Amino acid sequence: MYEFDHRRPGTLADALDALRAADDGTVLAGGQTLLPTLKQRLASPSDLIDLSGIAELQGIAIDGDAVVIGAMTRHADVAASSEVQQKIPALAALAGDIGDRQVRNRGTLGGSVANNDPAADYPAACLALGATIKTSAREIAADDFFTGLFETALEDDEVVTAVRFPAPDKAAYMKFKNPASRYAIVGVFVARTADGVRVAVTGAGDGGVFRVPEMESALAANFTPSALEGIAVPPDDLNSDIHASAEYRAHLVGVMARRAVAACG
Amino acid sequence: MSVTVSMTVNGKAVSGNVEPRTLLVQFLRDHLRLTGTHVGCDTSQCGACVVHLDGVSVKSCTMLTVQAEGAAVTTIEGLAQGDRLHPMQEAFRENHGLQCGFCTPGMVMSAIDLVRDNPEITEDEIRKGIDGNLCRCTGYHNIVKSIKAGAAAMKG
Repeated sequence: MYEFDHRRPGTLADALDALRAADDGTVLAGGQTLLPTLKQRLASPSDLIDLSGIAELQGIAIDGDAVVIGAMTRHADVAASSEVQQKIPALAALAGDIGDRQVRNRGTLGGSVANNDPAADYPAACLALGATIKTSAREIAADDFFTGLFETALEDDEVVTAVRFPAPDKAAYMKFKNPASRYAIVGVFVARTADGVRVAVTGAGDGGVFRVPEMESALAANFTPSALEGIAVPPDDLNSDIHASAEYRAHLVGVMARRAVAACG
Repeated sequence: MSVTVSMTVNGKAVSGNVEPRTLLVQFLRDHLRLTGTHVGCDTSQCGACVVHLDGVSVKSCTMLTVQAEGAAVTTIEGLAQGDRLHPMQEAFRENHGLQCGFCTPGMVMSAIDLVRDNPEITEDEIRKGIDGNLCRCTGYHNIVKSIKAGAAAMKG
């Protein structure tokens, strides 16, 4: 790792001040992506602004028909939350299957969302559930938040503070994992709400998480796995790597989507 | 530029001067000379570096020392009571849950955290639950057996 200064502000306002004052500051949440990145010297921030001391970024609350989860809430806490298990069991299950147990004890919702790794799990949940990303400056719909590979709508001095997930009628997430890293080779989150059906795919797209409108309209008319027969995602814009070709990923999108619909019951 | 850190390690208050980039595992091994915690892959995959931070298992190669400021850390050295091994350590010894032993400290620390939530843990749950720990000897069969026995012993 290159050298950096570590700052641990106690309030969000102090964190934003520290971020603006730094030459090239980076926000440290759970560090499960940032630390490996620093260790490989793929980044050289002047300052790490550690959000772990900010109480207002922690915790899980019910807000009407939605669950609001603070950005610094760990995956293990989302998975174990009785509120999340009751309101959106698919989200609790997703959180409980991220990485491994030790990663879940450190990694955070806000870190995952702000990093927007193309194989991360939470972006699929945000997009399929129509979540709202709350930041230090504004609220951003998930549809507008994830803008590309490791890219989001966040400004340099903007920090994710919480995510608001509306509870769906039914939802499920199915993931085909890389057996070593446990990142999604393909993950599909399906959610049915009063407004319709949303299908979000992670792990596959070369621009990160994306929705599949053809699947959504087919499932809105007939919410069964068989409604997806014959709907193929073209491999043109999908990732190809040593783990899976674009064609294989395209195939897996169909399989995982059908399994997710079946799991909705 | 070094900073001062203070935490509790295996029940004792410790402090030291480290650079902010010092990993927790480096602090434990190089500063405190607690070399039971191992560095295997150094990429958060193998789990040889697992310690407990405020009671839950974490990978100490993927944490900065400064992130453990004020925390309570337990390493493999902190489990035994004098000559009496922790029930999970004893279970690994009884069931031949180790071959070369390199992964063992991390396996034991992960296992204790895993079964604490779930004393009636099944073999399938153990196999899934230790997916953050790799054994290069591939001695998983007896590791799983050890964890099941250790869970029963910890309950009793």
